[in-house]
Amino acid sequence: MAVLKLEGITQEFGGLRALDSVSLEVEAGNIFGIIGPNGAGKTTLFNIITGIYTPTEGNLFFKDEMITNTSAYNIARLGVGRTFQNIRLFGKLSVLDNVKVGSYGITSSSFFSNLLGLPKAKREEKLVTEKSLELLELVGLVEVRHEYADSLAYGDQRRLEIARALALEPSLLLLDEPAAGMNSSEKLELMELINGIKEQFDLTILLVEHDMNLVMNICDLIAVLDYGKKIAEGNPVEVKSDEKVIMSYLGVEI
Amino acid sequence: MEGFLLQFIDAYYLRILVIIGINIILALGLNLITGVTGQLSMGHAGFMSIGAYTAAILTLQFGLSFGIALLGGAVMAGLFGFLIGIPTLRLEGDYLAMVTIGFGEIIRVFFLNFELGGKATGLYGMTKYTTFTTVWILVIIIVLLNAKLLKSRHGRALYAIRENEIAAEAAGVNTTLMKVLAFTIGAFLAGLAGGLYAHYMGYIAPKDFAFMKSIEILNMVVLGGMGSIPGSILGAFILTIAPEMLRIVDEYRLLFYGALLVILMIFRPNGLLGNVRIYDLKKRFRKKEV
Ligand SMILES: Nc1ncnc2c1ncn2[C@@H]1O[C@H](COP(=O)(O)OP(=O)(O)OP(=O)(O)O)[C@@H](O)[C@H]1O
Ligand SMILES: [Mg+2]
Repeated sequence: MAVLKLEGITQEFGGLRALDSVSLEVEAGNIFGIIGPNGAGKTTLFNIITGIYTPTEGNLFFKDEMITNTSAYNIARLGVGRTFQNIRLFGKLSVLDNVKVGSYGITSSSFFSNLLGLPKAKREEKLVTEKSLELLELVGLVEVRHEYADSLAYGDQRRLEIARALALEPSLLLLDEPAAGMNSSEKLELMELINGIKEQFDLTILLVEHDMNLVMNICDLIAVLDYGKKIAEGNPVEVKSDEKVIMSYLGVEI
Repeated sequence: MEGFLLQFIDAYYLRILVIIGINIILALGLNLITGVTGQLSMGHAGFMSIGAYTAAILTLQFGLSFGIALLGGAVMAGLFGFLIGIPTLRLEGDYLAMVTIGFGEIIRVFFLNFELGGKATGLYGMTKYTTFTTVWILVIIIVLLNAKLLKSRHGRALYAIRENEIAAEAAGVNTTLMKVLAFTIGAFLAGLAGGLYAHYMGYIAPKDFAFMKSIEILNMVVLGGMGSIPGSILGAFILTIAPEMLRIVDEYRLLFYGALLVILMIFRPNGLLGNVRIYDLKKRFRKKEV
């Protein structure tokens, strides 16, 4: 089943066409890579999928439900979690509170039941704390749970973003350059983490990443964007040998 | 209670304690909007005046009981907060500040021309129902509920909006709704404080709720530390007492007041209790022990 389907997505910023009728289908249980040179429109695509922008043209579907005009918080509540390329943590909240906020979209205790400290609210709060601690354990940040998020090292901040996104219990997880700024041993750990959470939480993952080694290693399928257009799609072997891809993107690296 | 307290302190100090209590309620309301949620609001005195006039008219003209009048004033102010919040909270930073300054001024000018409110003379002759006990019982209730709110999922969502609005949305927070909620509660509390003030002084006039009053409340929040409940309480204490103590230096009062704020902002830019957590204090303490 296609978890995510994009049909002819076009996004214009003034005169700039950041995305040019991009169509994609992401199957459940896949790790789907999106690569392309700087400014190709990868982050813009993520912003459209998560409802930060409404596309100029085209439609998108999440599990067969049209979400083209759905607001960002509602898309999150449907089960689409994400991390950000330019880290967006709640800097002056504790590491633990960052993850707890992440579960906002799947919790339901009402404003007044919290004010009055009703049993339902207390139970939910306890559950949220337990789950958040488990996620911090998973990404190796449980020791620093009381620190401010903005006091963490860069790599730790990236992993905290992943833990926060997982707190939403998403079925689709979008990772925007999760390895940026990490050294090679951190990248190896990250690869394991991504594979691990995919199995554990039964995720479909959309991954934007410049590290070709990582992308080729963990992705089942890859789409290549260039100047807002999808120029290729296929498994890692196919994409690596694609003429257009080598010319526009990989050629620069090799 | 008052009689009992008066055996220990004189009426002047009791009066200051009552004003401190009212200011704490004002500061806690604005703290929710500006300190916690990060929406710079500079017209808080406007909501206070709506509560003050509504409550005063309800007791004076309609002969309603003090409790009902207080609630009426608070609800009316909360309603205005809600109605103004919906269109304005889409604005950010400086724009929101300007719109809220404008709101405060419009309300003041409205009361200057409001027949039922006595125009520039204001309203007088209200029975002084507000006592030390009423004010401080309300302060305690509000502090407790406020603390509960900030520890809940909704409170965390409000802080998250201040820290990063887009990330908050991505976590499933309806940021517009939550901002309007904070604005409404903050306005409700200002209205409550207004009703208490009106029935403590016995008279009110538009000039009591001018722009400087909004700035004074904002100063309490900023001085104490944005988003901190103990901070807002401390800020309200200091900024109520300071002008009284500075009476000695009379005409240089404003100068001292300003200088005090500047110095504090240099040495503690996050406010006196901003970013101070029990956890950090404990950690520091432990380190010293080792
Ligand atoms: N909000 C915006 N307003 C105007 N232009 C934008 C906006 N967001 C993105 N762009 C432009 O759209 C194009 C695509 O940007 P995008 O961030 O999606 O690229 P990217 O593929 O993520 O690049 P990188 O690899 O550097 O992260 C760029 O030219 C960028 O300047
Ligand atoms: Mg990008």
